[in-house]
Amino acid sequence: MSAHQENINYLKARKGFLNWIVTVDHKRIGLMYLASIIFFFIAGGTYAFLFRMELWSPLQGFMTSDTYNHLFTMHGVIMVFLVVVPGIPGALGNFLLPIQLGAKDLAFPKLNITSLYLYWGGATLALFSLTQGRADSGWTFYAPYSLSQNPAVLWMLTAAFILGFSSILTGLNFIVTIHKMRAPGMTWFRLPLFVWALYATGIMQVFATPVLAITLVLLLVENFLHIGIFDPALGGDPIMMQHFFWFYSHPAVYIIVVPAFGVVSELIATFSRKTIFGYKFIAFSSVAITIIGFLVWGHHMFVAGQSDVAVTIFSFLTFFTAVPSAIKVFNWTTTLYQGSIKLTTPMLYALQFLFNFTIGGLTGIILGILSVDIHLHDTYFVVSHFHYVAMGSTMIAFIGGIYYWWPKMTGKMFNETWGRIGAVLVFIGFNVTFFVQLIMGSQGSPRRYYHYLDQFQIYHQISTVGVVILALGLFTALFNLLISLRTGATAPQNPWGARTLEWTHAATPPVLYNFTETPIVTEGPYDYPVEKV
Amino acid sequence: MNSMETTKTFWLPDQASTFAGRVDWAFDLFLWISTFFFVLVVGLIALFVIKHRRRRPDQMASGQMAHNTMLETTWTVVPLLIVMGLFFIGMRGWWHMRIAPSNSIAIDVVGMKWKWTFNYMQGFSNDTLVVPVHQPVRLRITSTDVIHSFYIPNFRTKVDAVPGRYQALWFEATKTGVFPVLCTQYCGTSHSYMITAVKVVERAEYDTWLSDAASASGGDVAPDAFGATVYSKRGCNACHTVDGSAGIGPTWKGIWDHHVKLADGSTVEVNAAYIKQSVQDPTSQVVEGFPPIMPSYKGILSDREIEAVTAYIQTLK
Ligand code: HEC
Ligand SMILES: [Cu+2]
Ligand SMILES: [Cu+2]
Repeated sequence: MSAHQENINYLKARKGFLNWIVTVDHKRIGLMYLASIIFFFIAGGTYAFLFRMELWSPLQGFMTSDTYNHLFTMHGVIMVFLVVVPGIPGALGNFLLPIQLGAKDLAFPKLNITSLYLYWGGATLALFSLTQGRADSGWTFYAPYSLSQNPAVLWMLTAAFILGFSSILTGLNFIVTIHKMRAPGMTWFRLPLFVWALYATGIMQVFATPVLAITLVLLLVENFLHIGIFDPALGGDPIMMQHFFWFYSHPAVYIIVVPAFGVVSELIATFSRKTIFGYKFIAFSSVAITIIGFLVWGHHMFVAGQSDVAVTIFSFLTFFTAVPSAIKVFNWTTTLYQGSIKLTTPMLYALQFLFNFTIGGLTGIILGILSVDIHLHDTYFVVSHFHYVAMGSTMIAFIGGIYYWWPKMTGKMFNETWGRIGAVLVFIGFNVTFFVQLIMGSQGSPRRYYHYLDQFQIYHQISTVGVVILALGLFTALFNLLISLRTGATAPQNPWGARTLEWTHAATPPVLYNFTETPIVTEGPYDYPVEKV
Repeated sequence: MNSMETTKTFWLPDQASTFAGRVDWAFDLFLWISTFFFVLVVGLIALFVIKHRRRRPDQMASGQMAHNTMLETTWTVVPLLIVMGLFFIGMRGWWHMRIAPSNSIAIDVVGMKWKWTFNYMQGFSNDTLVVPVHQPVRLRITSTDVIHSFYIPNFRTKVDAVPGRYQALWFEATKTGVFPVLCTQYCGTSHSYMITAVKVVERAEYDTWLSDAASASGGDVAPDAFGATVYSKRGCNACHTVDGSAGIGPTWKGIWDHHVKLADGSTVEVNAAYIKQSVQDPTSQVVEGFPPIMPSYKGILSDREIEAVTAYIQTLK
C-alpha cells in the first residue's frame, strides 16, 4: 500500500460496500457495529412500544396474551443480547480503544471482524426464529418452561449462544490490546478511564460468558435428547439452571454498565475541563466490581429455593457491590467542582446518567435488603430498577458517547440545539416511563403481566405516555445525527478541547492507521490546566 | 377479581400480616436514606453546574482537585456502615419469615398452569385460600408443571412453586378480608390470570367453614362413598365407567384383586399401591389396549382422595 493511502481518512481509504464488509479496520468495524446496534435498538424499542400501548388498559386491547408474551421476550432478548451487552464495547470500544492507546489497530484485527460476523450470525438467527413460531420464554429462558420444544425458543437459544462467542472474542481482543499495544509513555495510570472500563468488561466477558454458553447448550441438549438436566419431570433440577444462568447474567449487568462508567468519565472530564477526582479509585473499582460481581448471582434467586444460608451470604456480598458504585457517583459529582462546565449535548447525557444511575443504584440496594426483596422480587420495581441501569444509565451514556465522538467518527458537527432538545425529551420520557413503575411495583404489581389489577391502570397509563415522549426524544437525537451527515459543519480535530489521544493526536476523521506517526505520551488523560487569575 | 384492591399508602399495599410492619419499616427507612443521598447528589450537581458554568469559551477550571483523603474516607465508610446495617435489618426480617411457629396449621399448595389449588389436611381442596386471622399458617408449595411463584402483596411474602420440590412459606394474617394471591414467575399464556384470593376470617367462621367443606367433600362420610364423589367430581367419569361398559379408559368394575395386563407385556395385581401409582404416574403402567392419555393427578388428588377411590373400587365387584 502506498504511503499516500495510509494518510487518507479511513472513510475514504478504500471505497465500496465489499471493502466495508471484509475490512479489518477497527474503526469501520466500530461503525458497522454502531449501525447494527442502532437498528436493533429500534427493533427492540418497537416491541416495547407496542406492548406498552397494549398495557394502556388491563383488558385485552389489540393483542392476545400470547402475542404480548412474545413481544416482551423479543424485547428482552434483543435489548440484552443485541444491544446493551455488545453496545458500547462493540461500537465505541472498537472505534476508540486503539486510538486512545496510541495504537494502529486492535491486537487481532481478523478476530475483531470475526466477532462482528458472529454478531450478525446470532442476530440473523434471532430474526430467523420469528419464522419458526413465537419465542415466549422471556430473555431468562427459565426451565422447565423453556424446554417446551417451541422451535422459536430453540433458535433463540442458538442465537444467544453464538452472540456469546462474539462477546468473548471482543473481550479477549480488548484485554490483549490493552496489555500489548499501548504507545510509548502510555502507562497504566495514563489510560483514559474508558480504557480501564473496557478492560474490566473484557475480563467479565471472557470469564462469565462461557457459563452462559454451557447453559444454553445444556438447554438445547435437554430439549432434543430429554436427558433430564434441568427438567424435574426427567430428574433434572430447574434451580441449577437458574444458578448457571445468573452466574453469567449478574456479571452481565456489569458487562452492560461498566463501559458506561468509562464513557461518562470521559464526558465529565472533557466538559468540565477537570481531572477526574479519584482517578485510581474509579479505575480499580471497575475491576473490583467485576470480581465481586462474580459472587453475588444468587441475589436473583432469594425466593427460588436456595438454602437459607446461601441466601444470607448472597445478600451480604451484594451490599459490597453497592459501595464502589456509590463512591463513583461521589467522584463524578466532585469532579464537577471548580470545573469549567459546558452543557453540551453529550454533557446533558452524562448528567442524566448520574441522575438515573443514582436511582438505579439506590433501588438496587433496597432490593438487596432480604426481607424487602421478598416483597419486591419479580414485580415492576425490579423492572424499573434494571431499566434505570440498562436504559437510563448504559444507553444514555452510550448516546452521550455517540454524540461526543460523532465528530471524530464522521468528521461532521451536529446541531447543538436539536441535540439538547433530544436529550431533554429523552430525560423526561425515560423518567416518566420508569419512575411510576417503581411505585406500582412496590404496591405489588408483578412483572410480565398482560392483564393487571384495575388499581394499577393509572400507573400503566403514565408509563405509556412516558414511552411516547421517550420515543420522540430518541428519534430527535437520531435524526439530528443523521442530518448532520449531510448538512453538518466540518469538524475540527479537537472541537471539545479534550486531552485524550483521539482528540489531541488523531486527525478528524482519523487516517487509516489512526496516526501518521506513533504518538509519544507524556502526560495523563485529564491533565487540564488551571485558569490563571 | 380484577377490582381486588391491595393499596392504601403511596408506596406500599395495605398491611395484613405480621411481616408487613417489619418489611415496611425497612422499606421506609431506606426510602428516607435514598431520598437524602439522591437530593444530596442531584443538589450538588445542580449547584456545581450553575456555579462553575463556563462563561468564556476558553475558560479553564478554577482548580484541579484530584484527591481529598478526608472526603474519600468519609464517603467510603459511611455508605459501608449504612449497607451493613441494612444487611442486618434485612437478614433478621428474612429469618423471621423462614421459621414457622410450631403451632402453625399446615396447608398444601399446588401451582399449575394456570391455577392454584389448596389442599387442606382435612382431605378436601379448594381454589381459594381460607385461613383464620391471628393464626400462623404454614404452606407447603409445589408445582406440577413449570415454575410459578406464590405471592401475597398484603402479606409481603412470596416463594417460587417449583416442580419436583416443596417450598415452605408461613404467615400470620393480622386482619380479616380478601386479598389477592398472584403468580409472579412467568409461566406462559395465562400467567397474569393466575390470580386467586386469600380470605382471612375470624376463628369461629373458619372452623364452621372447615367442617362444612370437609363434610361436603367426605370428611364425615365413609371412604367408599367419598370415593364415589371423587369419581364424579374430579372427572374420572369422563374416561372410566363403573358398570363394566367400555370407556376411554378401563372400567373400574371388577378390577380389584384381579391381574391386568400392561402394554409392556407384564401383569400386575390391582391393589392400593397400583392404584396410587396409576393415579400419580399413569404412563408408568399403561394397561394393554388403552392409549396412554390419562393425565397425572400427582399433587392434585390428596392421599385421602386416592384412598377413597381405592375403597370405592373395592366395592365395585
Ligand atoms: C382422559 C381420560 C382419563 C381420565 C379423566 C382418567 N383416566 Fe384413569 N385411565 C385412563 C386410561 C386411558 C387408562 C388406561 C391406560 C393407563 O393405564 O394409563 C387409565 C387407567 C387408570 C387406572 C388403572 C386401571 C386399570 O384397569 O388398571 C386407574 C386406577 C385410573 N385410571 C384411575 C383414575 C382416576 C382415579 C381418575 C380421576 C381422578 C382417572 N383415572 C381419570 C384415562 C383416564
Ligand atoms: Cu444481579
Ligand atoms: Cu405465572
